[in-house]
Amino acid sequence: MSESTPFRAAAAGRPVAISIRNVSQRFGDAGSPNEVVAVDDMSLDVRRGEFVCLLGPSGCGKSTLLNIVGGLFPATDGVVMVGDKPVKGPLPRDISFVFQESTLFPWYTIRENFDVAFKFQNVAKSEWASRTKQALEAVNMGAFIDHYPNQLSVGMRQRVNLARGIALGTDIILMDEPFAALDEQTRMVLGEDLSELLAKTGKTIVFVTHSLAEAVFLSDRIFVMTARPGRIKSIIEVDEPHPRSPDFMLTPKFSELRNQAYALLRDEVRQAIALAREAEAAHA
Amino acid sequence: MNDQANFTTRSIQVAFLAIMAGVWYGLTKTGAVTPLFLPPMDIVYATFMRLVQTGQFWSAVRVTLFTIAQAWIIAVVAGLLVAYLVTRSRHWTAVMEPLIASTFAIPLTLLFPVFILFFGIGPASKVAYAATYGFFPVALITIAGLNSVDERYLRAAKSMGASSFDTFRHVLFPAAFPVILTGLRVSFFISFASVLGGETLSSAAGVGKAISLAAELMEPARMYAWIVFVIITAVSLNFIVSAIENRRREY
Ligand SMILES: Nc1ncnc2c1ncn2[C@@H]1O[C@H](COP(=O)(O)OP(=O)(O)OP(=O)(O)O)[C@@H](O)[C@H]1O
Ligand SMILES: [Mg+2]
Repeated sequence: MSESTPFRAAAAGRPVAISIRNVSQRFGDAGSPNEVVAVDDMSLDVRRGEFVCLLGPSGCGKSTLLNIVGGLFPATDGVVMVGDKPVKGPLPRDISFVFQESTLFPWYTIRENFDVAFKFQNVAKSEWASRTKQALEAVNMGAFIDHYPNQLSVGMRQRVNLARGIALGTDIILMDEPFAALDEQTRMVLGEDLSELLAKTGKTIVFVTHSLAEAVFLSDRIFVMTARPGRIKSIIEVDEPHPRSPDFMLTPKFSELRNQAYALLRDEVRQAIALAREAEAAHA
Repeated sequence: MNDQANFTTRSIQVAFLAIMAGVWYGLTKTGAVTPLFLPPMDIVYATFMRLVQTGQFWSAVRVTLFTIAQAWIIAVVAGLLVAYLVTRSRHWTAVMEPLIASTFAIPLTLLFPVFILFFGIGPASKVAYAATYGFFPVALITIAGLNSVDERYLRAAKSMGASSFDTFRHVLFPAAFPVILTGLRVSFFISFASVLGGETLSSAAGVGKAISLAAELMEPARMYAWIVFVIITAVSLNFIVSAIENRRREY
């Protein structure tokens, strides 16, 4: 194991947390003109405690793959294993989600939102209050526990949303562009928090983002995906221990990895745009 | 709403009432309408004051209100239950929703004699008739409300392991609640109208019966006194319901 294979150095010894084997997802009737192959024969392993990023052009199937891993719907083909369990439906004790848009229920206060999440997940009632408090304090939102989501700014709401995902206490967190709605500064601060969380708790995180900097800053491995149908084009390994300090972003290594990711992505994004144009032309 | 706008709205509403009263006054005082069809306001008022002092008045009101309450509760419970069951599957929604909607499009008034046949001339026929009519808006509006709940909330609940009943209780129902409330309100006024209409057409007791009896006996002042009472009741109830709705509209 050499310095140049950081992933193996960091995580090879650890057990596989999520194993994705030959997963494909088609939408629409097979053979019909509106059939869409969203994910095409993807296979990848995520090891325990690893932070993995899915990077790819819009519409390449990142959210679809994440939803399949989380058991929200079954894949057309292929198998996903979490630990030694095949995924056949949601696994609320093992996997929690943080979605792109806030999914806090607007008819409940923040506290009630956490309570109902714990209730869904069957957490003992005695733990609710302390877990809520702890998670909210981790994102500096403790003072807003009795507010309704609509009384918070978009950024604050998303921080609470993130806190709820963490409070559920699962080993795996799937995050679908959780910071997309935030301003850059908040994003960076939350990114640092997340890196710290990873170092402290050893959670396994699969993260979807469109931000190259975010991907490089947070990930142990970046899976760069092709335009639709989504496949893995290339894997970038980021050899840097968590928690990462913002100084990491100033290093030559960071810019190099970022440029590498961009070079891989550029052609795919062009192709995704071409695909979208084609679809539009066919529609017209 | 700010005070200025509020004041303007109120002024228009008061002006509307004043104009209606003015038209009534004008029509009767000028003799344009015979007092046999529409008696002057002061006579109706005097009759009304006399009426409310009789025990017969309150017993009629009690019968009618009790009938409405029974009909509405049945309509709401049945409507919510059917909507819940139907929206549990997309398939059943596709099958049932158009069926319920087209049944509601039939003027059920035509079936009123059937209700009399089955349930007799007493309050039971009015309860059944009004409950049937009031069921439709609850079911239809609740189905629409439950189906339009934002998918992402359902996805979040599912990912957290919510059971189907938990999802209904904590996600579907509160998300659709403002819409469901509209259904309950529409249903209430349909039940109200159906009971009064039914009583007027055929019954042994109640406010509707009193109105049709007064008309038959050629006692227009008495008939209008009853009608005024119904109007006041309807307007006050509407007022109360709106106030409750506005209070609920906080989030
Ligand atoms: N329920 C669905 N029915 C039909 N097609 C779908 C469905 N969900 C996703 N798709 C299609 O599958 C493809 C992949 O969608 P997906 O949401 O996974 O993309 P994505 O990579 O997350 O994109 P973005 O970065 O824009 O979020 C898209 O072409 C989309 O139109
Ligand atoms: Mg997506």
